Amino acid sequence: MIEIKNLHANVEGKEILQGINLKVNAGEIHAIMGPNGSGKSTLANVLAGHEGYEVTEGSVSFNGKDLLDMAPEDRAREGLFLAFQYPVEIPGISNATFLQTALNEIRKYNGQPELSPKEFLDLIKEKSEILNMDSSLLSRAVNQGFSGGEKKRNEILQMLTINPKLAILDETDSGLDIDALKIVSQGVNAFRSDDNAVIVVTHYQRLLDYIVPDFVHVLFHGKIIKSGNKDLALELEEKGYDWLTKGSLETQNV
Amino acid sequence: MPEENKNNEMKVVEDLTQSEYKWGFVTDIEEEEFPIGLNEEIIRKISAKKEEPEWMTEWRLKAFRYWKTMEEPHWGKVKFPKIDYQALRYFAAPKQKPQYESLDEVDPELLETFEKLGIPLEEQKVLAGVAVDAVFDSVSVATTFQETLAEKGIIFCPISEAIKNYPDLVKKYMGSVVPYTDNYYAALNSAVFSDGSFAYIPKGVRCPMELSTYFRINAINTGQFERTLIIADDDSYVSYLEGCTAPMRDENQLHAAVVELIALENAEIKYSTVQNWYPGDKDGKGGIYNLVTKRGACRGNNSKISWTQVETGSAVTWKYPGCILQGDNSVGEFYSVAVTNNHQQADTGTKMIHIGKNTKSTIISKGISAGKSDNSYRGLVKVTKNATGARNFSQCDSMLMGNQCGAHTFPYLEIDNDTAIVEHEATTSKVSEDQIFYLNQRGIATEDAVNMIVNGFCKEVFKELPMEFAVEAQKLLAISLEGSVG
Ligand SMILES: Nc1ncnc2c1ncn2[C@@H]1O[C@H](COP(=O)(O)OP(=O)(O)OP(=O)(O)O)[C@@H](O)[C@H]1O
Ligand SMILES: [Mg+2]
Repeated sequence: MIEIKNLHANVEGKEILQGINLKVNAGEIHAIMGPNGSGKSTLANVLAGHEGYEVTEGSVSFNGKDLLDMAPEDRAREGLFLAFQYPVEIPGISNATFLQTALNEIRKYNGQPELSPKEFLDLIKEKSEILNMDSSLLSRAVNQGFSGGEKKRNEILQMLTINPKLAILDETDSGLDIDALKIVSQGVNAFRSDDNAVIVVTHYQRLLDYIVPDFVHVLFHGKIIKSGNKDLALELEEKGYDWLTKGSLETQNV
Repeated sequence: MPEENKNNEMKVVEDLTQSEYKWGFVTDIEEEEFPIGLNEEIIRKISAKKEEPEWMTEWRLKAFRYWKTMEEPHWGKVKFPKIDYQALRYFAAPKQKPQYESLDEVDPELLETFEKLGIPLEEQKVLAGVAVDAVFDSVSVATTFQETLAEKGIIFCPISEAIKNYPDLVKKYMGSVVPYTDNYYAALNSAVFSDGSFAYIPKGVRCPMELSTYFRINAINTGQFERTLIIADDDSYVSYLEGCTAPMRDENQLHAAVVELIALENAEIKYSTVQNWYPGDKDGKGGIYNLVTKRGACRGNNSKISWTQVETGSAVTWKYPGCILQGDNSVGEFYSVAVTNNHQQADTGTKMIHIGKNTKSTIISKGISAGKSDNSYRGLVKVTKNATGARNFSQCDSMLMGNQCGAHTFPYLEIDNDTAIVEHEATTSKVSEDQIFYLNQRGIATEDAVNMIVNGFCKEVFKELPMEFAVEAQKLLAISLEGSVG
């Protein structure tokens, strides 16, 4: 699905990613954990093509194509989806119109016919039911005045509607209440298949009870310093990051 | 933001500012023109050419003599070289017989021009519900659907015909809202106006279709001076659409129109404009000077006038559609989107004059500036001494694209009654990089993303436009901001 090799990236001249190596295969779920400021969102943004980050070294292959060579919109059309840690507001554009435009742009790129308004409406109705989402959120302006939890749920609605190959969820669990966390996790699990993959960025082991990862990685100072299975998350929950960051920066590759 | 990224943003903005004007073609038909210059003889000639009655000729001459005593105003936040009024031509008409029985008789090339402009001139298209009075340079060449309208007693015709056929209405109302003494351009227009539209909606009639005029400036060095007069009698309703385009030319062209609206008791007039005149090229060469006086009078109690405008064209726009709220409980509204790009300059806004009791006005202005353009909102809210219970709400939002453009807001308040409630809100924003990235990440290309954000910004105004006009306006907005991104 995606293979990241020795990825380095700068922000305003400062190196944030310092050689990331990560391979994610179809059908897998990877969790990325790590202290605040370690570079998790930076990694997500670099993969999605944010122009504020400068890639200085390394390569990323996405389904056999050179990801770093593509414009952000083409990465999305090729099947990369990022659920943002902080979704932005677009005043005056309804959530439904936005999502319809997005979906049809992606379909057009992939040689699929655009969905009729009726087909689209049926689709988002079905998806918002999975997420227990109030349909009024569809007619409201994109994320405007949405509560923190509603914004996160809206990201997952977009993921379900667009049905990408690789979904990167950047702290989608933060700001969700306990019930919402379950519902959103159900949504992600409903999305899972042997043909797609998910990278979840999170601080909390709790999410991983619902979305069970195949691999857990710890990011620290722009590097993956440890990788393991889901038990690593439990260990982190118990011990924090100190034992990892203080000792030797041994990397266990997967 | 890293340097490279800044450069990227600049590039997007620069690309966006390099779209070409799509309606720049010149129709090659014979035009009848008057010599260049302006004097009493030319005015008499215009009047004679139009077979006008003596009173009209006299009115023009009075306006001309007054105009000669006036100074060109320079208070707007717009800069342009002094116009040499003696170097302009004041009349140009297609050299064809002026009256047409049916569209078959109209010069096919002329029809083709309208076709290119997308004007639904043919009867089938008109069946969509738009009655069109097309002004080609100075003479109305086709007025459709007059008959359907006539059945309801609605008069919709070129103003030159109204002067001949309905002199009482014209004498009573023309100049009653915008007297020729009003301002420099209004005086000039009163002296030399070429043609325009006239509409009268009788008592109790709801006009069954949108009335529409398309303007187009074609001949070289022709100042265009339309005069529009719309009267909605008691308990009537009309929605009027004005659309404008002009061919691409190097030299600047002057457009100084006057529009007067009169709403009597319980009457309502909705006046919508989509203006995309040639803005000049990206170096600021050429383009239309749009110096227009538009005003509506809510004469009757409970009457209502709303102006909705989408201004994307012209090199210079100087325009303040206003409402004089004379009747008690009368309502004035102004919804505006003004887009400036490259070297365009717009100084536009409104005047709401509260005179009657419990009068209400709403002002929603959205200014979008890109390139090296300058966009100013200038609005006056005046509440006179006896206007008890007056209310005004104004919201002026500016959006900047890039950092070479300017946006300015000049609200003027003159409140002479303590009971007035006046609210003003203003915001300035930028199309944010994070918004663009968010849309990019959902498969939407940057250019479409910018359009989407801008459309969202303008939504409150677009929703006031009739459906097909709103679609048109969105397209225009996209065109005026489009470029080859990437
Ligand atoms: N646009 C930017 N400008 C300046 N510094 C930035 C920018 N983006 C990220 N950084 C810096 O890069 C580092 C990594 O930030 P990042 O957002 O990737 O961390 P994170 O691991 O997602 O943290 P959190 O868990 O708090 O979300 C931080 O020190 C942050 O301040
Ligand atoms: Mg983060």
